[in-house]
Amino acid sequence: MSAPDTTVETATDEAVRRREDSAVLRIGEDDGERLEAEAGTSDTSMVMNMGPQHPSTHGVLRLMLEMEGETVMRSKPVIGYLHTGMEKTAETLTYLQGPTNVTRMDYASPLFSELAFSMATEALLGLELPPRATWIRMLMCELNRISSHLLFQATNGMDIGAVSMMIYGWREREEALRLLETITGLRMNHNYIRPGGVAADLPDGWRDEVLTLIDTLPARLNEFDTLLTGQPIYRERLQGVGVINTAECLALGVTGPILRSTGYVWDLRRDMPYLAYDQVEFDVVVGTYGDCFDRYAIRLNEIRESIRILAQILDQMPSGDYRVQDKKVTPPPRARIDESMEALIHHFKIFTEGFKVPAGEVYAAVESPRGELGCYMVSDGSAVPYRMHIRGPSFVNLQTLPHLMQGGMVADAVAIISSVDPIMGEVDR
Amino acid sequence: MKLPLLGDPEAILDRGLEGVDHNFVTGKLEELVKWSRARSCWPATFGLACCAIEMMATGGAHYDLARYGMEVFRASPRQADLMIVAGRVSQKMAPILRRIYDQMMEPKWVISMGVCASSGGMFNNYAIVQGVDQIVPVDVYAPGCPPGPETLMHAILTLHEKITSGELTQRREETGAGANLSVSQQDGQTSTGVVIRT
Amino acid sequence: MSDSVLHVPREELIETVSGLRDDGYVSVLDVTAVDYLEHPGRTDLPPETTPERFELVVTLISHAAPGRVRLRVQVPADDPTVPTLFDLYPGTEALEREVADMFGIVFEGHPDPTRILMPPDWEGHPLRKDFAVGRIPVQFKATR
Repeated sequence: MSAPDTTVETATDEAVRRREDSAVLRIGEDDGERLEAEAGTSDTSMVMNMGPQHPSTHGVLRLMLEMEGETVMRSKPVIGYLHTGMEKTAETLTYLQGPTNVTRMDYASPLFSELAFSMATEALLGLELPPRATWIRMLMCELNRISSHLLFQATNGMDIGAVSMMIYGWREREEALRLLETITGLRMNHNYIRPGGVAADLPDGWRDEVLTLIDTLPARLNEFDTLLTGQPIYRERLQGVGVINTAECLALGVTGPILRSTGYVWDLRRDMPYLAYDQVEFDVVVGTYGDCFDRYAIRLNEIRESIRILAQILDQMPSGDYRVQDKKVTPPPRARIDESMEALIHHFKIFTEGFKVPAGEVYAAVESPRGELGCYMVSDGSAVPYRMHIRGPSFVNLQTLPHLMQGGMVADAVAIISSVDPIMGEVDR
Repeated sequence: MKLPLLGDPEAILDRGLEGVDHNFVTGKLEELVKWSRARSCWPATFGLACCAIEMMATGGAHYDLARYGMEVFRASPRQADLMIVAGRVSQKMAPILRRIYDQMMEPKWVISMGVCASSGGMFNNYAIVQGVDQIVPVDVYAPGCPPGPETLMHAILTLHEKITSGELTQRREETGAGANLSVSQQDGQTSTGVVIRT
Repeated sequence: MSDSVLHVPREELIETVSGLRDDGYVSVLDVTAVDYLEHPGRTDLPPETTPERFELVVTLISHAAPGRVRLRVQVPADDPTVPTLFDLYPGTEALEREVADMFGIVFEGHPDPTRILMPPDWEGHPLRKDFAVGRIPVQFKATR
């Protein structure tokens, strides 16, 4: 492991260049439709709207493209079509109800939002987690990373035209989801990681099930390699498409696989470890060219690294409690509720009124499959957050789209959107 | 409509098409139209949020929506019969949703997938339309957050049944409203835990 | 692993951020704001800082010596303007648009000062504390 290379151009040069290049189309949302209607009046360029209801825009992303023939000159992503007001709703939910809200942001990797929220709350409370809770969280997050990257493989293949890839990606994802369902009770939106630990201990037989999964997956990933990695058409569609460099990424605040695809080694799990990532061994996967193919390969190989981490978690999983034993934040055990009136009242109060969190403000961040997912939280000493803000990696990463697309063909735009892997729930929140 | 038996079922299983006694079916044209409508009900891709992922999972290998003649998710609303509103509908998305619904050809049906589309769900706030039935008529509501593939398929099969019986098209002609059927949630009923076949 | 916090007057924001950039803070991770209208009492501000209604929160990250720094800028309600960081870090563009949309804070010199999440004709700024959640009463039909 080497120290990250930070010798890059300064951001100012980048800003100047960006303005000169002006990859971003700066027109209003309504102008987009008007200009599209007027298309044909100008013989050099035309403005075209793509989305928000479009099969390859991953939900409800809308793009305004200024094109010359088939070539994309400038573009602008238009978002907000899935704005859910989650940050406002968070101000009415207690800290125990909070994870139900944030888990619906990044619905492909819900456990990471829960983790960031819980870590922020615990930092305000000053809680120290029992080791088993920490390791269960790691186990779940890596499982979730696998299912999220498998989803990417499926949709990326489909967007590019390798439709059978969707069938393969989904086949594997179902295996991971079934395991998540066994442990958390739900396939998605788990609300499993909560302030103070996790919702329940691992069920009997979890070890065998995880073992079966990590025994099965590598062979299936090799199938992906056969299907995609070496395939000339696939390489042709992705290599050299949507190129970005490290300086641009850093200036734009980009994190995750897009930043790593430029060859820059930066992964919060390694560089600013949280949970127990400093006690497991894994490699940070980086690319070389910063193109769509690198981003595909990084995500595929990150699944392999997650499997490596999972094997180590199986060996090192400590015994003990799965949540912190602090009367203030932990409800009493189920058995006690039947015999003790006080326990029943205690249980009721925790779930209706919640617990008070000391005033303060904090920022906690985790490495989600899409990059740095941060949670900024302000408490005023009551039982609900005064302000809760999630820094969604997809939201920031989306700013690369105009740069990646400039000068490319419309067909490449589809591949590029897919390789940025935005989850619109997290973009719009 | 119950299709007439084409021959001895065992003979068909053994010998395939050769086992069919006669190679034509008699029936009322109206019944045949309803039957074929139900069995090639093409959904429009209208994935919005979390539910869209489950909708795609339903189309994936494991749950295999192709069994019901529905694997073709049409990108163009003009080629679709069924709109599955999968996810929360924001105030900004609502007019677009209505426009896409208007572009679909009659007869058309709407499934409201998940609690957010049905009632706003847990997001009772300024940004979310509290129920997509304020914008388009809904035929079947599928509960769950998100509804699993089993629930979605249950909703789809309920819809098919109503289309085949002709109940749905008739009612729509009279009032223009949706059928407002609710189905029960069907997921999480596997008792086997994790099954992985190598 | 706690982040360092700096309280910066609005006039010195650009200067501070460019200083931090020269010190190896390579990215702006996050720009957000808080509306302290209903906060019962703020005790975490240094004595020389006057509390105002809005607070702009900018988070930067350094990779060479891994660490984050958080800048807290007080923004008065009667003049909610802040200079844009776009010229220093172009990645703040969308984040600042979000703050402008949600809180009504104006970023001077921003290249694209339009709404980002809400429809262009929307009135009000949803994350301000005096903006109602918009909750409608839930009817339980079965119990009627």
